[in-house]
Amino acid sequence: MSHSSIPGRPKDLKASAALGRRRRRVDMIVRTACFAATIIGVLFLISILGTLFWNGFSALSLKVFTDVTKPPGSDGGLLNPIIGSIIQTFIGTVIGTPIGLLVGTYLAEYSKASPLAHSVRFVSDILLSAPSILIGLFVYQVLVVPFGGFSGWAGCVALAIIVIPIVVRTTEDMLRLLPDTLREAVIGLGAPKWKMITLVCWRAAASGIMTGILLAVARVAGETAPLLFTSLGNLNWSLSLSAPMASLPLTIYAYAGSPYQDWIALAWAGALIITLGVLGLNIAARSLLRK
Amino acid sequence: MESATTRPQTLPPATPNHAPAPLNEARLQVRGLDFFYGESQALKKIHFDLPARQVTGMIGPSGCGKSTLLRVLNRMYSLYPGQRATGQVLLDGKNILDDDVDMNSLRAKVGMVFQKPTPFPMTIYENIAFGIRLHEKLSKSEMDERVEWALTRAAIWGEVKDRLNSSAMGLSGGQQQRLCIARTIAVRPEVILLDEPTSALDPISTLRIEELIDELKRDFTIAIVTHNMQQAARCADQVAFFYLGELVEVSPADEMFTAPKQPRTQDYITGRFG
Repeated sequence: MSHSSIPGRPKDLKASAALGRRRRRVDMIVRTACFAATIIGVLFLISILGTLFWNGFSALSLKVFTDVTKPPGSDGGLLNPIIGSIIQTFIGTVIGTPIGLLVGTYLAEYSKASPLAHSVRFVSDILLSAPSILIGLFVYQVLVVPFGGFSGWAGCVALAIIVIPIVVRTTEDMLRLLPDTLREAVIGLGAPKWKMITLVCWRAAASGIMTGILLAVARVAGETAPLLFTSLGNLNWSLSLSAPMASLPLTIYAYAGSPYQDWIALAWAGALIITLGVLGLNIAARSLLRK
Repeated sequence: MESATTRPQTLPPATPNHAPAPLNEARLQVRGLDFFYGESQALKKIHFDLPARQVTGMIGPSGCGKSTLLRVLNRMYSLYPGQRATGQVLLDGKNILDDDVDMNSLRAKVGMVFQKPTPFPMTIYENIAFGIRLHEKLSKSEMDERVEWALTRAAIWGEVKDRLNSSAMGLSGGQQQRLCIARTIAVRPEVILLDEPTSALDPISTLRIEELIDELKRDFTIAIVTHNMQQAARCADQVAFFYLGELVEVSPADEMFTAPKQPRTQDYITGRFG
């Protein structure tokens, strides 16, 4: 009985050379396909951003930021949609973030595997990918219809509902990344669980949670559909949250489809402002996470 | 072998909460302890004492139950549903396994240091003050004094005194571990549990921690789990050998390593298994 014999057929040098050639061929094909796909994707992105920057910058002026929306031909700006967007995004985030933070904390720290946690997580994930127009219609039914009209508040609530699942997911993910030894070290000093969570775990996960909040802000800042049935949009200057409220996405939606050249130009300017804002938020989120 | 010179005179006494227990008197008594992870039994009828102001080394192959026992002594296992202990563990005459035990104050009396350093994401000063604030209300100057005392006792004061307000995450592994020891003793526990405290450290840092343990046992009762038999021989006054969930032998360290009573102990310490 020989221990040195290796099971299987003896090596065929010709066959292994052929196999090598075939592998190199397949490698070439896959590599080319990946490269081509990348080029196509990037080309689309460049052409979208290029058109946006070209049309946007040529329409951009100081008046865009200082003048309110006016009838076509009378040289208006975008001040009320910009302010409206900032107000609704801010209030929506302020309402949605604490709820999302607490739900995410519940999932990660209090109830990892209970049936309730599983269903909460499932519902939150569905909400994360729900068409945002459905959220707009939902808020229309529960806030706009019973309270007799479109309002800024309804828009804020619709945006908050979009913020919640994003913050839930990032909070849970970031808390789960923390090692259990950190939790044991806090508990081992005689700390109650709520102090462990609020004083140590939240702090240790702070940059990740912050990133999630910024991404949520970036997401809702560009939402149109949920506002369509809630804050409606308003071409007059109004800071009242009880009245219909303007916002950049809705103004872009209204202006871009209009037959007036100056409105279409303002729509480009508005699109550029949102894109740059979202880009800024994403860069901030990334640099926070890297820290 | 008290060397009073090494201890700064201005610092508060180690354990003003209670008179130091007489040397060798049993500080923690384990009586007929069984422990279960779900259905599987990890400790079988453990019976032994931690003598006051001595170092008890706990050795044995992986999975023998030594870390499990340590996690019973401060009820850490209670964090995890499905883990349970039966029997008695007596601290100050009270069974800490009872349901009505206040676990937060138990953990203030029985502190723990882990295998991996676990600094909190805050400043060095705040790391130490965190545990103290959980149990006592101190004025700013009292807190400063206590933080300095704890860092001094953990032999790290000299290295951090100029950067108390910088993040603890910037310290080296060995410094982080001494910080964790300082954080534990800042609460002024009676017993300190060390779960392989040097296995993630380099030899120099290990030596410093071992010297520290030797110094700390003047005031604290210490239990140390270690995979390193030389470490047990160097640090411990008494050594307990665990195997497959049983406590095979408890002996004074010098006897354990020169004349073990049990053949299984003999086999383990001579490297025949484990």
